Amino acid sequence: MLFKLSLSNIRRSLKDYAVYFFTLLIGVAVFYVFNAISTQTAFLKISSDTHEAVDILKTLLSGMSVFVAGVLGLLIVYASRFLMKRRHREFALYMMLGMNKSKISALLLTETLLIGLGSLVIGLPVGIGLSQLMSALVAGLFEADMSEYRFIVSGGAVLKTCLYFGLMYVVVMLFNSFMISKSKLIDLMNSGKRSEKPKLKNPVFCVLIFIVAVLMLGYAYYNVGIATKVLSQKKLYICIIMGCISTFLIFWSVSGMLLKTVMSMKKTYFRGLNCFTFRQLSGKVNTVVVSMTIICLMLFLTICALCASFSLRNTLNSNIREFCPVDVEYELAIGNYFDDLTYCDIEEAYAEGGYDLCENLSEYVHINIYKDRGFTMSALIGDKKDEQASKYRFLISDFPETIVRVSDYNKVMELYGRDTLELGEDEFIVVCNYSESEDVRNHFMSKGMELNIFGNTLHSKYDKCIDGFLFMSAQRSNNGLYIVPDDAVDESGRDMDYVFGNFNTDDPDEKAALSAAEHKRYDEVREAFHNNHGEDIFGECVTRDELKASSVGLGAIVTFLGLYLGLVFLIACGAMLALKELSDNVDSAPRYAMLRRLGVEEKDIERSLLVQSGLFFLLPLLLAALHSIFGMRFGLYVLTVFGNTGLGPSIALTAVILALIYGGYFLITYLCSRSIIRERKEL
Amino acid sequence: MELLKIDHIEKYYGSRSSLTKAIDDISFTVDKGEFTAIMGASGSGKTTLLNVISTIDRVTSGHIYLEGQDITELKSGKLGKFRREKLGFIFQDFNLLDTLTAFENISLALTIQKLPHDEIEKRVRKVAEELGITEVLEKYPYQMSGGQKQRVASARAIVTEPSLVLADEPTGALDSKAAKQLLERFNYLNSERGATIMMVTHDSFTASYAKRVIFIKDGKIFNEFNRGNDSRKEFFNRIIDVVTLLGGDVSDAL
Repeated sequence: MLFKLSLSNIRRSLKDYAVYFFTLLIGVAVFYVFNAISTQTAFLKISSDTHEAVDILKTLLSGMSVFVAGVLGLLIVYASRFLMKRRHREFALYMMLGMNKSKISALLLTETLLIGLGSLVIGLPVGIGLSQLMSALVAGLFEADMSEYRFIVSGGAVLKTCLYFGLMYVVVMLFNSFMISKSKLIDLMNSGKRSEKPKLKNPVFCVLIFIVAVLMLGYAYYNVGIATKVLSQKKLYICIIMGCISTFLIFWSVSGMLLKTVMSMKKTYFRGLNCFTFRQLSGKVNTVVVSMTIICLMLFLTICALCASFSLRNTLNSNIREFCPVDVEYELAIGNYFDDLTYCDIEEAYAEGGYDLCENLSEYVHINIYKDRGFTMSALIGDKKDEQASKYRFLISDFPETIVRVSDYNKVMELYGRDTLELGEDEFIVVCNYSESEDVRNHFMSKGMELNIFGNTLHSKYDKCIDGFLFMSAQRSNNGLYIVPDDAVDESGRDMDYVFGNFNTDDPDEKAALSAAEHKRYDEVREAFHNNHGEDIFGECVTRDELKASSVGLGAIVTFLGLYLGLVFLIACGAMLALKELSDNVDSAPRYAMLRRLGVEEKDIERSLLVQSGLFFLLPLLLAALHSIFGMRFGLYVLTVFGNTGLGPSIALTAVILALIYGGYFLITYLCSRSIIRERKEL
Repeated sequence: MELLKIDHIEKYYGSRSSLTKAIDDISFTVDKGEFTAIMGASGSGKTTLLNVISTIDRVTSGHIYLEGQDITELKSGKLGKFRREKLGFIFQDFNLLDTLTAFENISLALTIQKLPHDEIEKRVRKVAEELGITEVLEKYPYQMSGGQKQRVASARAIVTEPSLVLADEPTGALDSKAAKQLLERFNYLNSERGATIMMVTHDSFTASYAKRVIFIKDGKIFNEFNRGNDSRKEFFNRIIDVVTLLGGDVSDAL
């Protein structure tokens, strides 16, 4: 009997439950998808280095899924509270018919159970389907081989999802029972009839508060987004707190401010349904100031997380393409410290250990760099040091600067397929691609600079650095190389020895195998050298595969977490707004019936509803987008070391995701609202 | 002059096996400037009658003409225009929008006709003065008494100067003093403004303010008469006589 009643209740209020159910469903699906990652990736052929990234990702995800479960749990409690409010009069009827509170609690328990089971039964298959898609995404992110992939279901993830959501439903049940036991019959009966006392605020005060909030926000924006370079950590925190407070104040005052503005434009205000529309909207916004603030900040985080993670990934991928033009780089010298090395021919060191360095290389270049012990950046800057010391302290070092012969440099550039350089008798060029170093070097070079190395005096060919690099890296990290004429150096200054080359295969698998083998070989050479000479080798073998794995791995982790959090936040925001809007419209249905009696055209009513829902969804999004512009400027500044290519596509991708999920919620809300206010036509 | 002509209308509910005749062949006419009360017990069909006249519901057969136009033939796209231009509504539970001030509630009837703002302001002020609600214009419904709310609702109904004002139990939610005040305003609107009012009620006292009463029982016209030159008191007594004749139902409601 109880079961039958529960079932018919759900069926009857299917429209009210639709958004709730939809939210649960997506929640379950998303939760499953991200927890199934570990199982899904097991079948992908990923290099061992990337596997480490996947392992880190798994650990992070399991930690984060607790946090996400918390967010989803709160959302579900929030949603069920809304539904409960809708049904106060129904409960009152049950009580008047003599049903006691424990019976009603049991009824709610059954309903929650049914809905919960339903959401799991439907949500899990959806999640399983989605996770197959997600695998393709993971494979793309980690550049894995999908050939051995097959359809799988992760038992662990299913169990975990059921467990977490079961727990959430138990919390909801407890919450509902508690609420029922606390409620009084008279309040329940009157809950539908209350003539709502609109929350009115003094419009002048609203305008004042709005201006204050805008000024505060402007200050925070300026400091974070424009004067980023001089922003201290303490000030950053202050700006964040100010941003949050001003967001709250803006939502507190915006409806009053907007209403005041529109009301003063009497021609617009007293035209068609405008006056009704704006009163409705202001009423809605006024009752959800706190939720709006939270939603806006969550949207802001979502936009930043999505944008930054996509952008970072794009950048890392393109960096690898640009800054790792060959398969492998060997470097070698004798010694223990970076600034105190002795030259040693790398090919000879290999031969001594019984190896041929170049046996796996199809093409290679063998060069070495030079260092003049007295020639350091701080010596170069000399007395100007203090002036710039505070600004660029970490860039000005006492280490000897790296010097490269122009013919050596050009040989490597030819191998890289990049532009070569030309130098006159007594000229030199500085090659650099790390922007901070470039700034400080340009600063000194613009004043004209003379170089004294190995007893030769050289003049700078250009008055600034030239963009470029010599050593392989995953990002822009060349903080300066001096390219000098071949006879300007002395053999006594020989430092590290280098070989750059490509493997003699095009097959990615074989390259990966060679990459691992080369690392092993280098270690064996190192050991043999130590045994033979009693001295240590300083240096290593760097392969593109290795750089790529660590860099792409990092990018993938960041993208993944950004995507995960972004999606969950988006769903939560959309659902909260949708629930609020729908329940408001159920309350407003009689008003629309009234408007129809007055002879308002259906299309005018629909337009009014569209404006209301649209602005209700748009307000937090607009403010969040504005926040994001400045937030992203700050983010870009922090991420300069990685470069910032591909921001455009990242923003586009973020916009698409936002449009799909947030827009989807808006559309569903609008369509449901329309049918809600239509269904009571025959009032 | 004939304003409203009801011509053999019928309204059936339900299926063939269990048919309910809410209106069973009713015909009458209302002249311009008349103040008509329609009386009947619950379930007699009086609210259905009001609904079909106001085009909220459709008749099963028969025709209704307002100013010579057959409103039963109106396409649903034209209904909105018809309602906002020709009809004014007053409801038992006022049906004011609680988010709007009295002024905005009244002006809503005009703004949806897309009238210029100065004109709206002028007309709202005028009608507010006539109904004695000038001082509550800036108040919200929750700040007003029941009588004030119903007068605001009445102002909204007549501010558009409709051909016909339809009132559904307008005094149903008012105490007797407020009811009397409202009905006196109706009389004023009828005699001074020439508003044609059609009011549904089951209360003899309310009906006695009208100039003509039509009694409905089981979907049929049971009786009808004009006030003529009677005083309100005499008219009330005549109504009570018919109500007694009507039998249990209406006296129950009294």
